[in-house]
Amino acid sequence: MKRFPRSTLALTVAGAASFALILSGCSADAGSGSGSEQSTDENVKLTVATFNEFGYDDLFAEYETANPNVTITHKKAATTNEARDNLTTRLAAGSGLSDVEAIEVDWLPELLQYSDQFVDLSSDDVADRWLDWKSEAATDADGRLIAYGTDIGPEGVCYRSDLFAAAGLPTDRAEVAKLLGTSWESYYAAGEKFAAAGTNVPWFDSAGATWQGVVNQMPNPYEEKDGTVIATENPEVKAAYTSVLDASSTLSAHLSQWSDDWTASFQNDGFATMLCPGWMLGVISGNAAGVTGWDIADTFPGGGGNWGGSYLTVPTQSKNQVEATKLAAWLTAPEQQLKAFASKGTFPSQVDALSSDELLGATNEFFNNAPTGQILANRAAAVDVTPFKGTSYFPINDAMQQALTRVEDGTMTADESWDQWVADVNALG
Amino acid sequence: MTTAAAVELNARSIRRIALSHKLSRWDVRFSPYLYVSPFFILFGIVGLFPLLYTAWVSVHDWNLIGGQGDFVGLENFATVLAQPYFWTSLRNTFSIFLLSSVPQVVAAIAIAAVLDFNLRGKTFWRMGVLLPYVVAPVAVALIFNDLFGDRYGLINSGIMSLGLEPIRWHVDVLPSHIAIATMVNFRWTGYNALIFLAAMQAVPRDYYEAAIIDGANRLRTFWSITVPLLRPIIIFVILTSTIGGLQIFDEARMFDQAGQGGANRQWQTLTLYIYELGWGQRNFGRASAVAWLLFLIIILIAVVNFLITRRIAGSADRKLRIRAKGVS
Repeated sequence: MKRFPRSTLALTVAGAASFALILSGCSADAGSGSGSEQSTDENVKLTVATFNEFGYDDLFAEYETANPNVTITHKKAATTNEARDNLTTRLAAGSGLSDVEAIEVDWLPELLQYSDQFVDLSSDDVADRWLDWKSEAATDADGRLIAYGTDIGPEGVCYRSDLFAAAGLPTDRAEVAKLLGTSWESYYAAGEKFAAAGTNVPWFDSAGATWQGVVNQMPNPYEEKDGTVIATENPEVKAAYTSVLDASSTLSAHLSQWSDDWTASFQNDGFATMLCPGWMLGVISGNAAGVTGWDIADTFPGGGGNWGGSYLTVPTQSKNQVEATKLAAWLTAPEQQLKAFASKGTFPSQVDALSSDELLGATNEFFNNAPTGQILANRAAAVDVTPFKGTSYFPINDAMQQALTRVEDGTMTADESWDQWVADVNALG
Repeated sequence: MTTAAAVELNARSIRRIALSHKLSRWDVRFSPYLYVSPFFILFGIVGLFPLLYTAWVSVHDWNLIGGQGDFVGLENFATVLAQPYFWTSLRNTFSIFLLSSVPQVVAAIAIAAVLDFNLRGKTFWRMGVLLPYVVAPVAVALIFNDLFGDRYGLINSGIMSLGLEPIRWHVDVLPSHIAIATMVNFRWTGYNALIFLAAMQAVPRDYYEAAIIDGANRLRTFWSITVPLLRPIIIFVILTSTIGGLQIFDEARMFDQAGQGGANRQWQTLTLYIYELGWGQRNFGRASAVAWLLFLIIILIAVVNFLITRRIAGSADRKLRIRAKGVS
């Protein structure tokens, strides 16, 4: 359910958010008291905490009908930041968490450090349910599975066919996929061709977004498996930094993702292509409402790539661990995940769901009726590298995003900004 | 027998007198402390305890989730003081504080003076100036971010239509500080104006009448009577806006989507830095160290502030007294 990167879309001030959390937490608790007063011995009240849109509202009612002894209370946070602050502070406090807590893939490295705070969810029933890399990311060093996968974010390339036509490039999505090719070089080369046509529209939105695509294809960008930080000495990182900035100097719109200018640029022909994970389709159609010409090509530079996705966990704080685990397993089963996909477009991570006709037949009207189900399934199958993200991944990657921004907005040269990044990484210790 | 009984009775009544005497002495001596104690108990729980606990955290390795680690002494302070970002954020904090507090106090006094006139629809105007204060900072930030957009913002659209270079609100240091200070001023000027207004209404009207009979105009009465008599309130407003200004967080955090104060920390304030250390890097030890440094800075500034304002206000007060003597 990765809608926005960790540090972005902070539409709520943290202080206000934590107050809101306390308030919403209280009211949700108070609400759960009613309705389940019949005193059978096994009555269970479960709370489920999610964020953004998981598409679970109808599913909870369905589960309650099938299990009359279970009452579910849904606590929904508006943003991932809010949910993350809630989760970490209550983990630290040792109480107050819901029976089922949704988490984002980005939080896993940190939570795996405290994996004893979560119930081991592995069982024969759910073995092989998910794509390998999806469940591997949630497995700790002792082989305990702490989270059930919900959705993933396989990436394709979204493009504006009307701007392509104006630049004399092909517009059909199969031909565009061929034009963009499968490497970063061919993607940039297509951009040079587009720029040469003189439309005065940048090729992609930001160096930061492109970086995200590139770095997600390195197995160990910043850290070795044992946690040793290699970010600043890794030649792969330095090479990627140089090539992304080279490309961005002529092809980028120099917008930072999620900024107000970025959002406004969808209505102003801000750029012609962007890397788009499945959940980005909703963001684009929302920001670009009224703009025609968006389409999606079944290709991704440099191989496959996954950006984001979510999980369900059962904290050991829960007093109903068995029932909570059952609910989490049911919610993440292929059938239910397909219903969530139909309801809110969260792209499934379950092997069976990925090959279902329902998913493969799904199309998206906004994207020129593109068969988004089939395309994203292809994109998910193309993912062959999952980067190792240790505990320092986020601060380092955050600092890298800022380093790229400094070059894009002209406050520093590429070399100065790199040095600053090295200093930032060293200061993390 | 009778004498013995009398002695006993006597002793009992003496004792009774002594006890009630003692009680009333205790009453006089301790009751006042009991009456004011709720504040101090409350302060101890919500003020003093967090302060001391933060000091305890700041001398340890402390992870947000993992909790207390090893005792490290002043290492956190040393590390933080060696970080360039600490000094950048200190500079930003002071710059934004000055850009907001100074115009704010001046504007607030001016607005209060106007509101102090015998206006029609008094309550309407007075409620009106308080309205921005009621608006949530998040909403203020949303509105102002539309104004201060680098590329598609209202102000830059206007500037560009005049054929000038757009201002890089989110890139350059001073423009970003001005933009944030604007949001702060928008919210707090009216609030301070109402405080000044309340103080102005307490000024005895005789003074003005006497001055007007002597031929003083509105401006003259404002400078020579209103401002000097506002002395304690000016000190109060400057002190509170100093504390608020040095703790500025909301507006700076909402100024862009990442909320870290810019790619080169152009507008990162000390509180944003605390947030980044505590919640971004999960390093509560260092975050607490910065929190304590901020606390010390605020105390220092408050003392300096107090001394300066007292001197300025004091000399103004002396002038007034001399003038008053001259009048009589």
